[in-house]
Amino acid sequence: MEGLLLIGWIIVKIIAIVLVLLLSVAYITFMERKVISYMQSRIGPNRIGPLGLLQPIADVIKLLNKEVIFPKASNRYLFVIAPIISLGTALAAWAVIPFDKTAVLADINAGVLFVLALSSLGVYGILIAGWASNSKYAMFGALRAAAQSISYEIAMGFALVGVMMAAGSLNLQTIVKAQSGGFLHWYWLPLLPLFIVYWISGIAETNRAPFDLAEGESELVAGFHVEYSGAMFALFFLAEYANMVLISALISVMFFGGWLSPFQGVPYLEAFFAFVPGIVWLLIKLSFFLFCYLWFRATFPRYRYDQVMRLGWKVLLPVTIVWIGVVAMAVHFNISPWFAEV
Amino acid sequence: MQRFIRFIKDFSFLDLLTGLGLTGRYLFKRKVTVQYPEEKTPQSPRFRGIHALRRYSNGEERCIACKLCEAVCPALAITIEAEPREDGSRRTTLYDIDLFKCVYCGMCEEACPVDAIVLTRNHDYHFENRGENILTKEKLLAIGDKYEGQIAADRAEDEKYR
Repeated sequence: MEGLLLIGWIIVKIIAIVLVLLLSVAYITFMERKVISYMQSRIGPNRIGPLGLLQPIADVIKLLNKEVIFPKASNRYLFVIAPIISLGTALAAWAVIPFDKTAVLADINAGVLFVLALSSLGVYGILIAGWASNSKYAMFGALRAAAQSISYEIAMGFALVGVMMAAGSLNLQTIVKAQSGGFLHWYWLPLLPLFIVYWISGIAETNRAPFDLAEGESELVAGFHVEYSGAMFALFFLAEYANMVLISALISVMFFGGWLSPFQGVPYLEAFFAFVPGIVWLLIKLSFFLFCYLWFRATFPRYRYDQVMRLGWKVLLPVTIVWIGVVAMAVHFNISPWFAEV
Repeated sequence: MQRFIRFIKDFSFLDLLTGLGLTGRYLFKRKVTVQYPEEKTPQSPRFRGIHALRRYSNGEERCIACKLCEAVCPALAITIEAEPREDGSRRTTLYDIDLFKCVYCGMCEEACPVDAIVLTRNHDYHFENRGENILTKEKLLAIGDKYEGQIAADRAEDEKYR
């Protein structure tokens, strides 16, 4: 009985997280169109509902009403499984994200490892989609996306190694707590190069502009999801945006103190903002990084494929390795205030 | 040395930050969108939109079936057939314009000796059925009747440049 109750409670929590996530994904697509059009001196969608706020709902209805087409030469089972893998891994990684002091779905000690594993598994969704479509553009797009994701996975993993060494733990909750002490104690400062590397490879990992050459429409039509339509395309779409939110959340947690208040240690502001729950701080940080995703898309032109590979292997990877050495030294000699002995 | 400066420049993300600054400024700039059905851009009196056949103020149609417009039309969009009417005047029995062929060059209007065929300012029209792209004489005259005030005003405004 108790066990059943516990499982029921966990399921309620899972549904709450997933619902909020899907709703926010819908509105990120709306914000993306708004932000990018504002940066291009346009006003963006404003016809459906007040200020155009019902636009994402109209988009969802449109996508669900469209016919799902199975190409004759496709492998039907894999064709269906691919978007499920993409979305499933993007959602599952949320289990270990700490929202507040106690609010975390699975407070496991291998949190970082879990996140890395799931983001690597996400590549399979793309690869299978490209292969099962049996279309040359989808295949090329999938190969590009896979090669890119795997290359940047390494830099990303190494950047996280720095965080692990600094915090001395793989548990995301512990990593957040290790950063307590105010804005300057967060890991973005002592791990600045790793933070930037993680940010860049996070953008590359989600195949977003300027690293969106897996779906470069001028070369590959739409990349791995050319053959997908209707609800199945919507799943890929959801997965891409859910991944964006996830990467933003991870950056906030690993380098920007997660749910910690930025006014910790500041005499009067700390008491003044003490009533704000931790999840609000996390959401503010997360929204900033999400906005940056859109900002980058509106600003930077797409990289060429060899440039992407050069950046990943020849720039980001050496930088992380060097800085891991620096962090190792700093941790060993307890450089304060960040790595002072507890 | 130069390589070193470039190295510093690359790793400080100076170029990227400049670009981000530019798009960031544009985020707050005035938007130039014209919300079409409610707002419209200014239009010239010489605008060449859908065609119309005009009438004299006594209600008599202007067209005398000289077929100059048919001859000058570069897209062969105009078809005219003519016969004498009961009162002996020469009039068209068929005056069709195929809007799919028409390139809106306005040469028919220039060729017309009696200012019968004109291009109005109306540009946002559409068809819902096959065959509606052919504007018959009746339709053209109806358009002319509908927009006569505008057509006459535009012609008067343009008079001194003709």
